[in-house]
Amino acid sequence: MTIPRRYLFRLVAFAILLIFTAFFVVPIVWLFLAPTKTDGQLLNRSPFAFGSLSTLAHTFHTVVTYNGHSVLIWLKNSAIYSFGGTALAVLAAIPAGYGLALTQFIGRRALLATTLVVMIMPATALVLPLFLEMDKIGLYGTIWALILPFGFFPFGVYLTYIYFSSTIPKDLLAAARIDGAGEWRVFRYIALPLARPIVALVGFFAFVASWNNFFLPFVMTYDNSKYPLQIGLQQLIGSTASFNPANFSAGSSVVVLHRPDLAMAVIIAIAPVLIVFLFAQRALVSGMLAGATKE
Amino acid sequence: MTVPGERASARRGRHPGKRREPPPAGTSRTAGYFFVALYVALLILLGIVPVVYAIYLALSHPAAGSGPGFIGTFSDYRFLPAFKHVTEFMAYWLISQTILVVGLVLMLHSLTSRVGAVYRFLFYIPGALAGAASVIVWLFLLDPSASPFAFVLHWLGYAQFNNAIAPSNLPVIFALMAFWTGAGGWIVVMYGALNNIPHELLESAQMDGANAFNTALRIKLPLIRKWVVYMLVLSFAGGTQLFVEPAVLGTASLGVGISKYWSPNQLAWFVASQYSYYNQAAAISLDLLVFGLVIAAVLVWRGRLFEVE
Repeated sequence: MTIPRRYLFRLVAFAILLIFTAFFVVPIVWLFLAPTKTDGQLLNRSPFAFGSLSTLAHTFHTVVTYNGHSVLIWLKNSAIYSFGGTALAVLAAIPAGYGLALTQFIGRRALLATTLVVMIMPATALVLPLFLEMDKIGLYGTIWALILPFGFFPFGVYLTYIYFSSTIPKDLLAAARIDGAGEWRVFRYIALPLARPIVALVGFFAFVASWNNFFLPFVMTYDNSKYPLQIGLQQLIGSTASFNPANFSAGSSVVVLHRPDLAMAVIIAIAPVLIVFLFAQRALVSGMLAGATKE
Repeated sequence: MTVPGERASARRGRHPGKRREPPPAGTSRTAGYFFVALYVALLILLGIVPVVYAIYLALSHPAAGSGPGFIGTFSDYRFLPAFKHVTEFMAYWLISQTILVVGLVLMLHSLTSRVGAVYRFLFYIPGALAGAASVIVWLFLLDPSASPFAFVLHWLGYAQFNNAIAPSNLPVIFALMAFWTGAGGWIVVMYGALNNIPHELLESAQMDGANAFNTALRIKLPLIRKWVVYMLVLSFAGGTQLFVEPAVLGTASLGVGISKYWSPNQLAWFVASQYSYYNQAAAISLDLLVFGLVIAAVLVWRGRLFEVE
């Protein structure tokens, strides 16, 4: 054997990593280049060719004005549902995590165990039962049918619980109590200012979970003007000629979209999450590791 | 995310001969209720009530003309195929995800930390595209006329989009989608767990003559085993719930005809929305929940996830 085994091993490892990098990254690169090309260019030119900025502007205009600015309406709906749900999730999860970590009450362990079970249970498992419940109590079709379930975020409670039980010394709080501070003041003026990172983290996770959710709004909204962007995207596929040629007969008045338009719509839909991903990566990773790094 | 740690400490607390920690000085016992009140209200309203209501619906006898009850659900001709589809999808996904995530994370951990960080970040990006967005990206990837991976599709013999999304390919396609969006996050989590391994341990292994491959296989892998089980538990529970992928792909089926009840969750929604067969929908949801929880329990138990170290 002429090549030492050590180098051969490295070479194979490098090749494997290269293949997987292509698998994960190429689709994203392609997605961002697609709206700069016309549908014809998308088929004829190299997948990684850049079209032109004027095509990009035209694609953007087509998507935004599609069907009476539907995309903007869906974007607004997504924002209302996600911010509403996130606000409720933070409002509920931060005090709850604090209460579980730093106060004593009967049923504390049971509540913690229930939280763990619900956390492992996928959120989608509750969608149909929630639909049946919301239908029964008359909230189906209202924004509460989305905001309330988005605000129920056991993972956030658990993250907060871990944070408070591992980073805030109990003695500090005890000292404040001995000095005469009431429970609320201890939480509001001592614990909460120290918990800013976890508030941001829980808020981000809740926001992404709500923004990207498909199944719940699919079930809970029935009107085009109430759709969030995720559901709107599905409707756009139906308007895309190359994926549904049967929907478009000659002379039809339906607005036809093309593949670059659909790619543009996807970029608009993922932009808010992607921006935070790129800029807050370090914070996010440390949050995902919150469990792994602390005893 | 430390289910393991939490349970471990909970067990230690119950250990005979060891007293429970006294409450912190000056704590009032009622304050705790105040802090958890809103969360508990949401937990009851949106976590417990819907499940109890679904159990009630599933087990109660449906009114005439409102579909089959719990037993009748099993004999629905669409029921078994839907479960078969999801099982097949999960077999592809869970096996490939376990092998590839573990392999990649061990490989990345043997690189210098800066290079490893770049790869981890790149693998993590698709995680931003969940739901319908990632399915649309995959529509493009599977379309031989536009895909950046067209050469792979041609090599596999798919000249047209509808060849690529033929019904027999769907379990593999959904497994690819799930791996593409989810693997990066797990790689990050497991890399973090590997970083917790004391340096001395790895150094002494090196001194004893273990090469990178042996260190990875015999020292690092056993130490992250719990996290692999945890990944399996969460993926399994989530995988049974498959809905968005077949639903969105079905919108772009080009007449291939992806069934509207390909997965159990789709079937449940189909009977609820088309026929208002709520008892049947509740029964399917419940079956899924029990199926997911039983397998998760087996994995937790067999994988000794909550073991005290």
